[in-house]
Amino acid sequence: MSTVIPSSPEPKASLKARILGTPSAGPFLVLLAFGLIFALTNPRFLATHNLSIILQQTVIIGVLAIGQTLVILTAGIDLAVGAICVLGTIIAGKMVNLGYDPVLSMGFAILVCTAAGLSAGGLISALRLPPFIVTLGILGILTAALRLISAGGAFAVRDPFLAWTGNTLKLGGFVLTYGVLIMVALYAIVWYLLNETKWGRHVYAIGNSPEAARLVGIPVRRHLLSVYLAAGLIYGIGAWLALGRIPNADPNAMQTANLDSITAVVIGGTSLFGGRGGLIGTLIGALIVGVLRNGLTLAGIDPLWQDLVTGILVIIAVALDQMSRRRN
Amino acid sequence: MSDVNNSQSMATTSAPIVLEARNVTKTYGHVTALAGVDFELRAGEILAVVGDNGAGKSTLIKALTGALHPTSGEILLDGRPVNFKGPLDARHAGIETVYQDLAMAPALDIASNLFLGRELRAPGILGQVFRRLDKKRMREEARRAMSELKFRLPSIDNPVEALSGGQRQGVAVARAALFARKLVIMDEPTAALGVRETGQVLELIRSIRERGLAVVLISHNMPNVFDIADRIHIMRLGRRAAVVTPKTHSMNDVVAIMTGAATA
Ligand SMILES: Nc1ncnc2c1ncn2[C@@H]1O[C@H](COP(=O)(O)OP(=O)(O)O)[C@@H](O)[C@H]1O
Ligand SMILES: [Mg+2]
Repeated sequence: MSTVIPSSPEPKASLKARILGTPSAGPFLVLLAFGLIFALTNPRFLATHNLSIILQQTVIIGVLAIGQTLVILTAGIDLAVGAICVLGTIIAGKMVNLGYDPVLSMGFAILVCTAAGLSAGGLISALRLPPFIVTLGILGILTAALRLISAGGAFAVRDPFLAWTGNTLKLGGFVLTYGVLIMVALYAIVWYLLNETKWGRHVYAIGNSPEAARLVGIPVRRHLLSVYLAAGLIYGIGAWLALGRIPNADPNAMQTANLDSITAVVIGGTSLFGGRGGLIGTLIGALIVGVLRNGLTLAGIDPLWQDLVTGILVIIAVALDQMSRRRN
Repeated sequence: MSDVNNSQSMATTSAPIVLEARNVTKTYGHVTALAGVDFELRAGEILAVVGDNGAGKSTLIKALTGALHPTSGEILLDGRPVNFKGPLDARHAGIETVYQDLAMAPALDIASNLFLGRELRAPGILGQVFRRLDKKRMREEARRAMSELKFRLPSIDNPVEALSGGQRQGVAVARAALFARKLVIMDEPTAALGVRETGQVLELIRSIRERGLAVVLISHNMPNVFDIADRIHIMRLGRRAAVVTPKTHSMNDVVAIMTGAATA
């Protein structure tokens, strides 16, 4: 029995260790740093009006990044995010313009987005194709199809229901849109699913090791399907939020949605290798992207530079992730 | 000492057969992993499965636990033929497996890994309607299981990847012990461990037998096998070459049978 050591009480982690151990601490510091730089260089940055604008600008990427987080947590990647969302805006817009009931139109559009997510998931889980290729293929197909449906051009969508998510309300002097509230609610719901339910646990388990997940009896393929379905549903809701921000259905919109949503997820500390990270980080990551774009715009810097900076950020974030993985 | 051993081996030779395989084969294309293997495990015994690399040990236990479908042959649990569609079926039937690669999610904490795939839900509305996990109870149960097995861990909230090899193995074995109702199968549980950690895991295996469960132990380590096993099933070229006991055969005998230099 010499090998058996009696168990002792667990040491409580110190506050400092707990803060440093929190995965979203790093991204939060990055957000603070950017905020500080912009606040010091431009007095308009911290104005409540501007902060409210940043939130509103973050809504679409923020919501798309929720779906992207789910997919990346399973060690996948979704390159059809923007395309599926644009699909939603075009379907809803076309139907309303044809005289269909707006609620029905939006509902149908969200359903189609969900179906698009489901078909990506189906190809990935049933045929075991790499998510990268499947979603790249869907991106190509949708991009072409959308231009055909909308005969190439953008069109205006004037409907109070479709635009409702852009309506503002005042919360203690702070102007918010319903879209912001919907985003916050979506984060809360999906956070709960990921952290407090078996479904979320299994998302992490599959991202960590699909083989281990299979061996402990998790129906891996069915679970993957549910993840892509949830992502599609979220992109559909994103389409409604997009129509609230700009009452336009444009087949050429959201060209940077892939870059921005992946950047938000990865800067937020979720590993591209799957199984590590979470939604709080993604929300912070989306805010970083929003703050960066807003601050650079305020400084009068060309949007192309914003893409460039975002691109650099995502590469740095992935490099850090890779390095920390190698150390383990 | 010898009395204890005698009564144990008496018990195992007369104990009923819990798990049995008859003429099981498994081929991968042109590779024959199992060439018609027989297997029997008796209640309450520790049965070691030994054999050279590639002899088919891992494939045999995967076939026994539903992790793969045999090409042909029959598997019986308590004398009744079973057809496991997957590892979950075997688990439902009371068979727990510690796989060579442990089947753990490294980034998840110890308690999550112990309950992976059979998480506990909170009581009442929170659990039934909102599907909320009972993290507190899972943590408590995990702590209890680890201390019952007298296995020390730094903290149940640590991710598994932060543990040493021996601690990880301890968690995997504890998971099996926690849920097994009939038997536990372990594939090379001490292969990557140092002497002290190996000792701890062997202690765990004994405490599983003390709970009345049968244990199948796949191992390369002859001294360990002779230390702990009641009987030894020797694999060679995808078949059972012999079943011997540590009392009737020496390590040299077993190695000779394994390599084909001798027959039982
Ligand atoms: N998935 C597989 N595909 C092809 N061949 C395999 C596979 N799994 C095992 N084998 C082959 O089957 C034989 C037995 O393997 P295994 O059961 O792992 O042996 P052991 O565990 O005794 O070392 C080996 O020749 C191995 O290469
Ligand atoms: Mg093996």
